Amino acid sequence: MNDVTPAAPGPLRRLLHPRLRSVDIAVAVLLGALGFAAAVQVRSTDADEGVLASARQEDLVAILDDLSSRNARLRQEAAALTATRDRLTSGNGRDAAALAEARRRTQVLGILAGTVAARGPGVLLTITDPDGKIGPEVLLDALEELRDAGAEAVQIEGPVDVDNPGGGRPAEGPSSGAVVRVVAGTAFVDGGDRGGIEVDGVLLRAPYRFVVIGDPSTMAAALAIPGGVLDNVEQGGGQALVSRSEDVRVTTLRPLDRPRYARPAEEPNAN
Amino acid sequence: MIPAIALAIGVALGLFFEPTVPAALQPYLPIAVVAALDAVFGAVRAQLDGIFDDRVFVVSFVSNVVVAGLVVFLGDQLGVGGQLSTGVVVVLGIRIFSNAAAIRRHVFRA
Repeated sequence: MNDVTPAAPGPLRRLLHPRLRSVDIAVAVLLGALGFAAAVQVRSTDADEGVLASARQEDLVAILDDLSSRNARLRQEAAALTATRDRLTSGNGRDAAALAEARRRTQVLGILAGTVAARGPGVLLTITDPDGKIGPEVLLDALEELRDAGAEAVQIEGPVDVDNPGGGRPAEGPSSGAVVRVVAGTAFVDGGDRGGIEVDGVLLRAPYRFVVIGDPSTMAAALAIPGGVLDNVEQGGGQALVSRSEDVRVTTLRPLDRPRYARPAEEPNAN
Repeated sequence: MIPAIALAIGVALGLFFEPTVPAALQPYLPIAVVAALDAVFGAVRAQLDGIFDDRVFVVSFVSNVVVAGLVVFLGDQLGVGGQLSTGVVVVLGIRIFSNAAAIRRHVFRA
């Protein structure tokens, strides 16, 4: 800032005809220094590290404070999120275990309800009926006997012959002719005029074959007891043939009927 | 003329060499530049008023820079360096504005 000084010679003349005096040199040097410093300052502000590098100590302390408090906040947040993640992961594990258990139950119940194919050791019981005297009660007896002996999955085929088409549903699986998967609600009804035996609405004709999964020796013994199934069949003029097998396949499936009225009741200790 | 050329040379040198500012000088350089700018604007105004004097300019330039630096240094020692340097910049900015207004009146007659 210039303070008021005595009038100088005409400024224009001075500007156009500079005389080099020491003061002029000083002015030039000062302005040069100003330009230099300004340029340097602009450059260093432009530089990347400029913000922090040119900040003063207390600003840096404030920034550091701010950063550390934010760091603590973020740490808390991270801890909370980690806890949430752990909770979700362990919950996931429980869910997976429950799902596996549910799948296992589905398999077991599916075998009982006839919605899942089954295989295992068992017997094949073939009943011939040349005289047409084998009634539904004989087959029912045979089924009861097999169930008592621990049969777990049963299907009844009939006729076993390939060339006799029989009635009812098409075979699912390796056997030909009519096939019925036996479940809890299976009923045997006399075929009447048509001959044969109607099982769950499917007309089966002799020879019938029970494909049963269970303990082969127990079931074979149960069928062979005196006055049992084999004797019954022979009294009716037929023949019953039991053959054990280590790999019996019950492949016929039954659609799952949703109960119209019954609903699951809540168990007090259900989980 | 010579001052303008010197200013240009200084800018060119600063851009060309790109020296790093020493850490000790970093808080003071921007203040010093603003103070020097204030002195330069004052000089231009004085020139237009016809009352320019080289000697006064040199003294005011140097004292402006030194006082600004001292004030900031003092503020740093007292722990209010940031606020004081802001204050110095504000004061110098106001002076630069008033000088610029005077120059404007001279140049545009308005």
